[in-house]
Amino acid sequence: MARVISFLTRTRGRDRLHWTDWFTYGYLFSGILLMFGPVLWLALSSFKTDAELERFPPRFLPYAQEMIEVEGYDKPLPVFTVTAGELAGARVAQVRRIGLVAQVVRPENPSEIIKIGIKDRQAVESVSLATKNYTELFERFNFMRFLWNSTFITVMATLIMLLVNSMAAFALSKYEFRGRGTVMALVIGVLMIPQTVVLVPLFLVTRELGMLDSLWGVIIPGAATPTGVFLLRQYMLTIPDEILDAARMDKASEWKIYWRIVLPLSAPALAVLAILAIMWRWNDFLWPLIALSRPEKFTLQLALNAFQGEMDTNWSSLLAMTVLTLLPIALVFAFLQKYIATGIASTGGK
Amino acid sequence: MLGLLLPVMRLIEVPMLAAQRRFGIQKLAWVFLTPNLILFALFAFLPIILNLVYALTGSDQILLRDRPFVGLENFGTLAACENYLDPNSCEKDFFWRAVHNTVVFVILQVGFMVGFSLITALVLNQKIRARGFFRSVFFFPVLLSPVVVALIWKWILQRQGILNAGLEGLGYDSFLWLLDRQWAFGWSVFLSVWAHMGFYTLILLAGLQAIPRDVYEAAVMDAASPFRTFYRITLPLLMPTMLVVMVLALIKGVQTFDEVYAFTGGGPGSATTLIIQYIYETGFAGAPRLFGLASAASIILAVVLVVLTGLQLWATKKNANG
Repeated sequence: MARVISFLTRTRGRDRLHWTDWFTYGYLFSGILLMFGPVLWLALSSFKTDAELERFPPRFLPYAQEMIEVEGYDKPLPVFTVTAGELAGARVAQVRRIGLVAQVVRPENPSEIIKIGIKDRQAVESVSLATKNYTELFERFNFMRFLWNSTFITVMATLIMLLVNSMAAFALSKYEFRGRGTVMALVIGVLMIPQTVVLVPLFLVTRELGMLDSLWGVIIPGAATPTGVFLLRQYMLTIPDEILDAARMDKASEWKIYWRIVLPLSAPALAVLAILAIMWRWNDFLWPLIALSRPEKFTLQLALNAFQGEMDTNWSSLLAMTVLTLLPIALVFAFLQKYIATGIASTGGK
Repeated sequence: MLGLLLPVMRLIEVPMLAAQRRFGIQKLAWVFLTPNLILFALFAFLPIILNLVYALTGSDQILLRDRPFVGLENFGTLAACENYLDPNSCEKDFFWRAVHNTVVFVILQVGFMVGFSLITALVLNQKIRARGFFRSVFFFPVLLSPVVVALIWKWILQRQGILNAGLEGLGYDSFLWLLDRQWAFGWSVFLSVWAHMGFYTLILLAGLQAIPRDVYEAAVMDAASPFRTFYRITLPLLMPTMLVVMVLALIKGVQTFDEVYAFTGGGPGSATTLIIQYIYETGFAGAPRLFGLASAASIILAVVLVVLTGLQLWATKKNANG
């Protein structure tokens, strides 16, 4: 419909906006708000101080009260402007607050303490990014551990998957052998068995292999994917067999043909698969939840989920951690979004 | 990384060369297939068989030799129900509640998902500026991890969150969204549509772009109204793609777990507990660990999924042919 309408409006002349154009751009901009807004809000919130996070109603940008170093005091003091009384308009630093009275000093004259009512002063605030939430993550929580676990699982699983799947795809696309059809049928069969329906036996097999509560227990069970075999085989079929025959004439071994000729030629398909694998593994949740029970083995996703229960109201660290968890994927997306879109569309997601 | 990979590849060449001399070139294919097939066998085919064994045996032991054979008892326990529409009358009311929730969840989710993806694809298919940018705006939540998605929305919906602030600004009262059964469920559906819509939009957009232009030109010649053109041309020609999208959304919807679990934990009560969460909690999170019941539920789910996947293959084929 949309295209027809745009076609119709075009024949009517393009100098004025038709109502469908209003609808289109209205939809697109509310789309931006609804899709980007929540993530932006999360990112902004992660830079807020604890006091700001508890403020209701919240303010859009992260603010922090200005602090000032005053002679004679060890710590920086919060800055206020006086709104009423004889000092109105002056900038003062608050030394302490007792009930409804605040003891303040003027930075020019730090020795003279002035008492004013707390209603007569207003905090001086400026937009500033509080990085405390982030630094705290590294100091107080085992963040580096989780980051390492997630990274290790993602990198190893992706490499193993590329190797194992490309070997199988090579065999299925470049050799004529009896049973090839059966193997292809088996691969389709695996496509019908998502991890979600074999959790209990998967748990047993992983346990018997001694991989429970180890990162390998997350890496190995999903290391070979039918999607990968399909994707790579489809691509390798387009590589002409003549190249392989020429290499055989030159006495190249089959393994050399595989990794010196076919793999480099399949680079685009390997790249798409690698991106998908990185995404799946980084975001993986259910199987790690079952296979890993010791907190020091947790991935970022598990840690995030565990913390949100533990620190029900402590959003400050949780927000920072959420931002750091989505950051790598956001970066990958920013640079490779074209490949991701085509990759996901061509494989049907998973 | 590559520097490390090359020696590894050279190292593998030694046994591969020996195998090539021994078996000949054509049989070497099996050697190439072996690692993949071993992984498939261990982590896909063997589990399918073991799943049956677990479903037919009882007790909370994980080792098969400790598990007595009980026949179809696990299935019987799950199925023991006076009235299937009322989970309270069932022996395993938690299971039936999860089934019930999943069915409602999937119907709502697939409906909204297909509806919004279609509108978005139609809008994106128009002559608009910065189409690539807008396409990625709708697509990027697909890449976010389920836990991140859940936390993003929890932060918005929390008691002192921005949504409640907006409500109070408009003169309404704050509301504890995730403590209300219906709202928690509704937001769970919303969350999963928000997170996955971009994927289906992408497929539908590809489908729209495959419709030949001249059909529309003919419609304009015949002075067909825009809505008529939509119902008579766009929709029928897009139907095969819609079918694929619907079935894919169904398959994924039935298996929803991650984002809803991280979002509500299945609560309040069991209001947002879906079938995968039932399997997880019965087999792994609760005590005693009822592996038999979890497996029986998995098998029921697997049957549903096999039917749906068959439907998917059929729909894909139809899409490719027509």
